[in-house]
Order: sequence, then C-alpha cells, then structure tokens
Amino acid sequence: MNQRQQMNVVIVGHVDHGKSTLVGRLLVDTGSLPQGKLEAVKKQCERNAKPFEYAFLLDALKDEQAQGITIDTARSFFKSSKRDYIIIDAPGHIEFLKNMISGAARAEAALLLIDAHEGIQENSKRHGYMMRFLGIKNVAVCVNKMDLVGYGQKVFEQIKADYTRFLNQIDLTPKCFIPIAAFHGDNIVGLSKNMPWYKGPSILDVLDSFEKAAPKDAQVFRMPVQDIYKFTKEGDERRIVAGRVETGTVKVGDEIVFLPSAKKNRVKTVEYFNGPARQEALAGQSIGFTMETEIYIRPGEMMVKPGEKMPQVATKFKANVFWMGKQPLIKGKTYKLKITTQEVPVAAAEIIQVLNAAELASSHKPHVDRHEVGEVIFETMKPVAFDIIGDIAETGRFVIVDNYEIAGGGIILAPVFEGGSMLGTHIKKREYDWERSHITPDNRAQKYQHKSALIVITGKVDTGKQRIAKSLEEELFNLGKNVYFLGISNRLALAAHDSKDKTLGKYEALARLGELAHLMTDAGLILITSVTDIDQYELDMLKKLNSPNRTFVVNVGENRFSDASVDLNLVENEESEAAVDKIVGLLTKAVVLDPEYMI
Amino acid sequence: MIFPSLDGRGKGRVIEVDYAPYAPSLTLPTKGEGTRIDYMNKSMDKLDQLESQSVYILREAYREFKSLVMLWSIGKDSTVLLWLARKAFFGHVPFPLVHIDTSYKIPEMIKYRDDLAMKFKLNIIVGKNTQALKEKRTFPDGALDRIACCKALKTDALKNTLSGEWPRWRLNHKTGEYELDVNTEPYTGVIVGARADEEGSRSKERYFSPRDRNSDWDVGDQPPELWNQFKTDFAPGTHIRIHPLLDWTELNIWEYIERENIPVTPLYFDQGNGKRYRSLGCYPCTFPVDSTAKTVSDIVQELRGGKFKNIAERSGRAQDKEDGGGLETLRREGYM
Repeated sequence: MNQRQQMNVVIVGHVDHGKSTLVGRLLVDTGSLPQGKLEAVKKQCERNAKPFEYAFLLDALKDEQAQGITIDTARSFFKSSKRDYIIIDAPGHIEFLKNMISGAARAEAALLLIDAHEGIQENSKRHGYMMRFLGIKNVAVCVNKMDLVGYGQKVFEQIKADYTRFLNQIDLTPKCFIPIAAFHGDNIVGLSKNMPWYKGPSILDVLDSFEKAAPKDAQVFRMPVQDIYKFTKEGDERRIVAGRVETGTVKVGDEIVFLPSAKKNRVKTVEYFNGPARQEALAGQSIGFTMETEIYIRPGEMMVKPGEKMPQVATKFKANVFWMGKQPLIKGKTYKLKITTQEVPVAAAEIIQVLNAAELASSHKPHVDRHEVGEVIFETMKPVAFDIIGDIAETGRFVIVDNYEIAGGGIILAPVFEGGSMLGTHIKKREYDWERSHITPDNRAQKYQHKSALIVITGKVDTGKQRIAKSLEEELFNLGKNVYFLGISNRLALAAHDSKDKTLGKYEALARLGELAHLMTDAGLILITSVTDIDQYELDMLKKLNSPNRTFVVNVGENRFSDASVDLNLVENEESEAAVDKIVGLLTKAVVLDPEYMI
Repeated sequence: MIFPSLDGRGKGRVIEVDYAPYAPSLTLPTKGEGTRIDYMNKSMDKLDQLESQSVYILREAYREFKSLVMLWSIGKDSTVLLWLARKAFFGHVPFPLVHIDTSYKIPEMIKYRDDLAMKFKLNIIVGKNTQALKEKRTFPDGALDRIACCKALKTDALKNTLSGEWPRWRLNHKTGEYELDVNTEPYTGVIVGARADEEGSRSKERYFSPRDRNSDWDVGDQPPELWNQFKTDFAPGTHIRIHPLLDWTELNIWEYIERENIPVTPLYFDQGNGKRYRSLGCYPCTFPVDSTAKTVSDIVQELRGGKFKNIAERSGRAQDKEDGGGLETLRREGYM
C-alpha cells in the first residue's frame, strides 16, 4: 500500500475576499466531495431562494450561512494525485482573528487571498504578517475575483507590486502570485483560457509544489517531559518518563540530562505499547522511556543529550508576542506561561515596543492591546528551558494564559541574563518604603530573649509536618519564647489549587505567605509554618520574601532540595519529641534561644 | 522587530510501506491483541503521525484534568480512541469510560461493550435517561421526532451523567454486573471521539473545547489553539471536551484498526446477507448499507477506491437529515 503524504494548508486573507469559495471550488474540482453533497446544498439554496455559493459547502454553521461569513476555521480534506491535503479555511474578519491564528498555527503552507476588485485590505496585510510570525515558509498569494476586473493583467500586476513591497518589509518571500476567479474555477485546477497572459502554476500545481519540512531526526534531541507514569495498582512496576520527541533521536544506553534541574541519567528502555521492541526514539514520536536510575523529576523538564547543543535555561527572555486577550497584556501583571510542557508564573518585565501588524507602525506604551504584537522581556518565577525560535521552533514557542484563556502566543528571540529580578526589585522597594519605628530588631531580640525567625517545615503530604510544628510551638512557648504556629499555609495553597489556576494559585499563596512571614518576623516573632510539596524555586522565593529576616528550613522525608538550602533533615514521621529536640538544638545555635548566648 | 532566519530545510519525501495481507477475525481475539503488523521503516508515516498527535493530546488531558472520563459509544471511532489511550498509557486506561445507553442500541453492541470491558479491565460507567424510557417519551414509542429523541436519550442523559445529577452504574469486574456508583462528582474533562470529516459542525471543533454549565458550545467564541498548547484551564462549573481524533478520516480509522488489529464489533462486517453497518447508533435510526465487506481490509478497500469512496459516512443516520443545520442544533446543546 502506498502511504500517502499529507499536508496542512491554511487559506487566509481579508473578509469576503473569497477564501471559502476557493476551498469549496477545490473540493468540487478535485472530486473530493461526498456524493450528493453539492446537489443537496444547491437544492437547499433553491428552497431558501438564495443564490448558490461554493462557500456554503464549508460554512456549515447556521450563523455563518445566515451572515455569509466564516466564523471559525473548518478542516476539509481533499486529494491531489501527489498527496492528501487538510485544508483549513480560516475566517477573515478581524473579530475572529484568534480563530484564524489557531488554524494557521497548524499549517505547513498558506494560500493568501486578495480580492482583485477591492485590493489590498487591512487583514490582507495582518494575515501576511501572521504567516511570517508563525514561520510558515510555503506561501502563495492568490489574486481572486479576476472576473470582476475583466481578467485584466494590469490590475493583477499592480496588486502584485504593492503587496510584494509590503512582504519585503516583513522579509517574507511568497512562492508565487496567481490570478484566479475561484467562483468560476479559473486557474484552480489547470490554467484558464480567460487569462492567456498568465503562464504560472494553477492553485493545485502550487500546492503540489510546496515542500514538506524535512524529518526532524537530524536536529539535536529535545523531549519535553509530559508526564511520569507508574501504574503500580495495575501491577505495572515500570516508572515511565513519557513525552513526544520534538526533534532529534535518542537510543537505549544514551546519556541524558533533564533541564532545568540538570539531573543526569541514562536511557534504559524505550517503551511503546503494541509494537515490536524499540531501541531508538525518533522525532515526532509520542513515546516513553525508563531510566537506569530512579530520580525525581517533574513534568515540564526537558530531556536532552549532554553531548549536543544545550537549550537555554533562564528566568528572562526576549520574545515577540501576539496578543488575543480581551484584556491587554499589562507590564508587571502575573500570567501563566505555557512553554513546551512547562507551566510557570510569568510577568512582562519590560515592553520594548508594540506593533500594529497591519500598518507595521510601532509605538511605546506599557501594555499590548488585542491584535497587536509586542516585543517584550518576560520574566518567569523559576527557570525554564527553551530554545531560540531560529534554532528549534518546537521548543521556542509559548502561549500566555490570562484568566483561564490563552491570551497570547509568542516566539522566543533570545534569553536575557542582564538586570535584576522583579522579586529583587520588589524587596528592595519594600525595604525602602518601610517606615521604621524607634525599636530596632536588636531591641526586640534583647527584650524577647531571642531573635526572630521563620521556620518552614516542608516535605510530602502526610509526613507528620503539622504534628511536629505544633509540638515545636508548644515547646518554645513553654520556654517563654514569642512563637506562633501559622496553621493555614497548607490551606492557602490548597484553596488556590482548587478554585483557580493551579500554577498561579500556588504562586500567589506562597507570595502571600512570604509577605505575612516577613511582617511577623519583623515584629520579632518566631513563626512556624508547614508547607507541602514545594520546589527549590518556591522555597527560595519564600526565603527572599522573608529577608532580611532569617528563615530555617526543616525537611521531613525525602530531600528534593539542594543541601545548602535545608538546615535540618528529619526522617518521615519522626517522633515529635526527637524532632523538636533536633529543631531546638538547631535554633539554640542559630537564633540564640539560650539567654547566655545573647548578643 | 527581529525575525529568525527562514532557511528551507530540504525536501519532503513520500514514504512507501507495504502491508502484508491479513484478515482479522470477526470475534474478539481471545489472547494477545498485540499482533500488530509492523514495518521496518524508520520515518513516521501518516498513521504514525496521527497516532502521535492523539497520544500527545490524551496525555495532556490526563495531566491537566483531575476528573477525566472518556466517552465510549462502542463504535469504531471511540474504540480506536480507547486503543490510543492504551498507547498513551502503556497498556492501561487510567480513567473511566462513560457509555450512554439509550436502550435502543443494537444488542450486539452491548455484548461487545461488556466483553471488551472485562477483557481490558476497563472502568466503565453507564448512564441513561431512565425517566424518558419509563414514560415512553421516545421516537420509537411515537412520542417524539428523531431530533427530540436524540436530545432526550443521548444529550440529556450525557449531560446529567457527566454532572453526576443522574445515577451512574459502574461495572463490577468480580460479578460482571453493573452497580449504582456512589461517586457523583462531576467530570470536568470529557474525551470524545469526534472527527472533523464527519459533518460540518464537527469540522469546526478544537482539540480542547470548553462547554459552559449547560454543556452549551459557543461556536463563535472558541479558544485559540496554538502549537499544541491547548485550553486546559477552565472556570469553576464549566468543563472541557477533548477531541483527540479530529484530524482522522474514516479511512484512517479503518487503516489503523487494520494495522493495530483492534477488535471491533462484527456489526461492521457483512455477515452473509450483503449488508453491514457503516456507522453505528440506535437501531430505529441507523440503517445498514449494501456491502459485501467481510474483513477490515475489505472495508479499507471499499473506502479507498471502492464504492464508498465518495459517499458520506453518516448517510445511514436519519437524525442528520431532519434539520437543515445538520448536527449543529444537537451539538450546540451538548450532543457529541
């Protein structure tokens, strides 16, 4: 059997320039419609006393037929002798731009339509720009409705010259310009007698001439970890790291690194259900691996090979972002970033410039409005692994989620290492603005017979953290210390988890906890709190927010933090008395609980 | 503005793969479904690509949704979907399958459902509109037209089964019986086997598509979907439908069933009377087509170049023809 090649093609252009008509005509002329469909639609038109339109074959939604416009992208399928096509008919109306982008982001090639009679319109340009933005390399421009201008070559040449000038500005070179009249089928499949002056390819010819991107096996290896599975309950002991290989290949025995955690390992097996055993995973495959050693990693890490060019790991990057949100992208506001399989809180640290994609006019303002493109420096709350768009497209693109909705799509231009962090700036400003009283921290320490401190007890769920925290509070209280156990931190994190975005909710809860801790340690207290399941970066954020006051970290059970960031390790479910003894021992040295050691 | 370089990356190529001739049995394989016909070609073919994308979508759904289910209509599409779940999770199906029983399903379908559920150890949940059935408010009873019947027995049953407002029955693997499920939590992620090529409104779907409290679909305002980043965040009270099969055609489905040797119900094959079902539903509204296809490869042949090359799949489904909007009216209200 001949496995045929498939290509996704998007049809774009200004509203009413004939995109759906072109697709309808292609379906009819290539014999791709189901039997009776054309007749049925024609009959329906007769019944409703409406003139037949090829677009009705695609504009399936009732509203679309009623208004005569395409609201959402539709997929249709047709074949040439060379290959199969999925045609994505995108809406041209500005209101539905996000639908057009969704369609185009899937495409490997684009046909951009311009109405010969109406000429180049706003969305002719905006869509052209978006093809460039999305990195679609196969683009042909179709000048449609040539019948309305008497099939005249002059009009065609004028539009070609004008639009080429625009495309040059955005550095996009189309494969060709084709004069067509989609409704009449001119130059769609084969050349039309109505335009003997045109010697180029027909629509079908140009589609077949588009080249598919080469298989990505030859590039460096990148596999964003989608999830880690262990189906123990089903009697399956494999711990499988699952994901899709975006580029490159990896073999059994290959040394690999996970980023950003930088943990190393080696591929033990390649896992794939219902197929012969595999020794190698190739680009494009959704697959799984078991590792030689069991290590703890989270979904979102990028699996790479140490011998190859590494991806970037940074907390800041410069990007172009196309904004679709109802609310503008605002400098400093926290959003959720989704890049590869990573999800992290992110904020626009700097908006360098904002571009109107139709006029190519740039402006400077602290926000990016809907349908505009911003050149922005983003800062994430923890390091992310990515590539520059020009190196590897698959790992250089991201979306931004605002209030449950994907509001922006972006491409990464460069990592940024200069300048401080937004958290650092915030803390500096907070300390600067803080109105200080006449009582210094030293005064308080002498009066209370101890310095202030935040004690964070962390570890997995059900490891006895709360029990230890409460016993510790009691012990310190009985010793006459000003101590307080904050018993809502877990609930803060959980509430955020349940009711809102889990990435942002957790971040916000920890930020609140950090500010609260800072307030209480500033008042000279010893504050004890327990926090479940946080990572190194979240712990660091908590410490920074509590600064300049001291934070002690007591880890219960398996330690997933760097050694330097944990002050004391306890075993899981350690008995309260022993645990309290150890913690008090630590504090005696560091916070000077014993009056003899007072300053 | 800065842009990356636009260098081309070489030529595409057509990949040719030969399949060995093969005839699947009409009954469920008794052991080892892993008899897939493989080929020693390194590059991904079209079915590999479709499989990879669907698996990626399923894994995204599983990671993002705590309360996830898959709809299983017993038909070929949702059975391929079930198979893809086993691909994604390495032989396991880590979420429940929901089947809406209209009680007018062709009896063989129910038998096939229970056989496969036991064999694959599936966590299967059944929901139905007991009220309408009891009061005989259905099309076969003459009380409703076809569209209204679909709405009552499928849409309403589905809506209320997903939300947990109506009783659900769960298969007990020890007894083989269905028991009232104590869990009434609403499901927030629902995996569905809709394909874009089936009919107009389905061609407009997203991979991840939000539905509001009333299961309504706002076709005019769908979320953007960029580069495999899907809408996985949802406001309380809403839920998301996940469509891993959007890019598959009817032919792809059968090619994949052939390649993977997936057990499908024998209703799809001519049992000797020159008729078979091409699309399965309730027996009062689903009619067999004339066909002598007895095996999966016969069907693939029939679709690829034979008699059904240009005939719509759902031509045997009567409810599609009652409304000028196709399935849109039903689908806006929550029909799959």
